[in-house]
Amino acid sequence: MGKDGSAVYLTTRLDDFINWGRKNALWPLPFGTSCCGIEMMASLAADYDMARFGAEAMRFSPRQADLLIVAGIIVSKMAPVLRNVYDQMADPKWVMSFGACASSGGIFNVYSVTQGIDTVIPVDVYVPGCPPAPEGVLHALMRLQDRVARGDTHSQRRIAAAARGEKTTSGLIIN
Amino acid sequence: MDIRTPVATSYGDWLQKFEETWKSQIAKLTAKFGSAIEETRMPVAFATDVPIVYVKAEKIVEVLSFVKTDPDFVYDLLSDLTAIDEMPAEPRFEVVYNLFSYSKPCRMRFKVRVSEGQDVPTLTGVWKGANWAEREVFDMFGIKFRGHPDLRRILMDVRWEGHPLRKDYPLRGYQIFPTAMPVDPTLLED
Repeated sequence: MGKDGSAVYLTTRLDDFINWGRKNALWPLPFGTSCCGIEMMASLAADYDMARFGAEAMRFSPRQADLLIVAGIIVSKMAPVLRNVYDQMADPKWVMSFGACASSGGIFNVYSVTQGIDTVIPVDVYVPGCPPAPEGVLHALMRLQDRVARGDTHSQRRIAAAARGEKTTSGLIIN
Repeated sequence: MDIRTPVATSYGDWLQKFEETWKSQIAKLTAKFGSAIEETRMPVAFATDVPIVYVKAEKIVEVLSFVKTDPDFVYDLLSDLTAIDEMPAEPRFEVVYNLFSYSKPCRMRFKVRVSEGQDVPTLTGVWKGANWAEREVFDMFGIKFRGHPDLRRILMDVRWEGHPLRKDYPLRGYQIFPTAMPVDPTLLED
């Protein structure tokens, strides 16, 4: 609608329009297993306020969320649980690997810790840091929004490939 | 400087408070159990803060139930039960029992030397709390406890191969399982 109330048109592709909606309404599922979870809470709270980016609706059920924020160490016994949670989320879904431990195992290069969650689930955006500052989370969130808008995430590529009738892969480094 | 060089320390005021108690207790133990007590180590002479008593594996339950109940000892709390792998040494493992007495109040440490494949009598008959601690020692070191009511892995996945806190277990011996740990159906029934 124009400023004087007259009708104005905006032409776009339907896909872009849907992705525009998706990127501005990310519903995160907090998977905070250790100290990074505290920093994630800080980025949600008043000072940093993730609501500015439309990602404040935390959902603790994987069925209602589309952004999985893995914040913390994933020990090898937790890895199948994480995979389960990811599988239970409805497509399209996105994963943020929050902090050094989730991204690479961090300082815990031992038998009991998964060396990066990308060995278990496909990850769209990594946030380095131990723990990352809330600014890092917001930066990662904006990069993720860019990628969602372009349709350039694991989940969207998988859906697009399936729509073209191609055989899809799990997107994992180690399956 | 060799990092193993003992550093002079006062160990707080433990020694002033309990040295006499410990000495009389160890004298009583050696008089009662004789050859079952392999060795005793007192603080300062050895780098330790509480006395360490090495006991023969066969006699450990008898000794510990004695120090739990005898009025001169009354070490009524099993504060920790764990193990150490001293791999080049033989026997290889040491099972460690840390005891605490509420009434004195002081601590004492008992150890049992175990070689590979040898089992240790379970302590669950004396302290029920030893149950899970012994399961953890079994899980991490592979030391078997004879007579334990339920000797299963407690921390690691049931499909895990090897015992990760052994010195010869590779530090980066990752084992990632794609599916969640299978549950023994008999455990789900009451």
